[in-house]
Amino acid sequence: MVSPAISVCLDSVVVKRRGKTVLGPVDLCLQADGFTIVLGPNGAGKTTLLKVLHGVERVSRGSVQWSIPNAQVREAQAYVFQSPIMLRRSVRQNLAYPLQLIGIDKAEIASRVVDWAQKTGLQDALDFPAPRLSGGEKQKLALGRALIRMPKVLFLDEPCANLDGRSTREIEELLYDATKAGTRIIMTTHDLGQARRLADSVLFLMNGALHEHGAASKFFAAPSTSEAQAFLNGDIIE
Amino acid sequence: MNEIWAGVQEAFRLIFILDADLIEITLRSLEVSLTALVIASALALPFGTWLAIRRFRYRRFTIAVLNALMGLPPVVVGLVVYLLLSRSGPFGVMGLLFTPTAMIIAQVIIITPLIASITHQAMRELWSEYHDLLISLNTTKRQRVVALIWDGRRTLMTAALAGFGRAIGEVGAIMIVGGNIDHATRVLTTAIALETGKGDFALALGLGFVLITLTLVVNLAIHALSRTEQEGTW
Repeated sequence: MVSPAISVCLDSVVVKRRGKTVLGPVDLCLQADGFTIVLGPNGAGKTTLLKVLHGVERVSRGSVQWSIPNAQVREAQAYVFQSPIMLRRSVRQNLAYPLQLIGIDKAEIASRVVDWAQKTGLQDALDFPAPRLSGGEKQKLALGRALIRMPKVLFLDEPCANLDGRSTREIEELLYDATKAGTRIIMTTHDLGQARRLADSVLFLMNGALHEHGAASKFFAAPSTSEAQAFLNGDIIE
Repeated sequence: MNEIWAGVQEAFRLIFILDADLIEITLRSLEVSLTALVIASALALPFGTWLAIRRFRYRRFTIAVLNALMGLPPVVVGLVVYLLLSRSGPFGVMGLLFTPTAMIIAQVIIITPLIASITHQAMRELWSEYHDLLISLNTTKRQRVVALIWDGRRTLMTAALAGFGRAIGEVGAIMIVGGNIDHATRVLTTAIALETGKGDFALALGLGFVLITLTLVVNLAIHALSRTEQEGTW
């Protein structure tokens, strides 16, 4: 799929819920490639930021501008939730569902499903009911289901929370492969080690405000704000 | 006790000799209630699902009304349908009064709110589970309804069976609009009412056992067809 680079700019975006500001104002531009990790304590607005970018959160003020038309943006995105949502169907049908929605023909769907089942290590569980998979398998299935449409942008909201080391490594490998294949990844995590392993660039949020945005190497070596410094030191920041 | 024993014997006798009248009214019972079930399900399943995923101004009010309509008294429904279909009523020219069609209409009115309400309850839970994913996948409203109905089909079957149970056991409305005419609109429940009135308790009870057996058989058949027990819980 050759297509124009897809980048996004947020222009003083504010999200309010019940009169309380949960995010913003945020001014931010994200480039078309790379792996961005969103860091910050609970309630910093990380998930809200992801949802704003994904276009499923109501923005109270400001605007989100993508470099391609809005109709194509949603088609080109996928989102993986913190607790994976399994359709009450088999693994095979879960993988096939996003493709069925956009009307891809059956033979193509079948081959892509088998392909992604192999990539996610679920090839032996294709006819197993998805809601009865283990936690790690569910998250891998959710990731496979997100990647099967070959999205240009992939959002992940703490995909490895509650997963053990092995599942985390398998998911990180899938993400690494996806980046190489040209998928733009924006992911939140609480795991600083994971952030160091994966990130090209880092967004640091606190209390709904964007404190830092820059290259990962620079952020981890010498964060420019004291809050980020404290966060990296493992201090509890509030 | 004697009457019940005689009723059981009568039921076996009627079934054993394949009594022609019994078969006729049993089949009519099935025909009327299954047709009503199909029509009511076609209306209520999409409507209940739509109600679960759609936010609009009078939603709460609509749901409250729907829940209230679940307890709609069949006699009153029968009376209203009677007035609508009677010669002097607005639909009198269609000549539907005292036909199985009139009975189907009455039963559809009685069971549609019931099925829609149970559907709504079940779909609301499923929708809260699926909401984020289906929104994220950029599904159309139609695709959402289809996904919910398909993945919630087991609970929807329960809703449909509840509707069927109410329809097949219902007597007040179909007695009024059907008229319990022999070889035309007589069904199991109206026949039971008639035989009880005549004092023939053994026959009435016999028909009652046939009715209960019929309900059981239909339920088991639908469960077997949709393989609820084999595929396991989700």
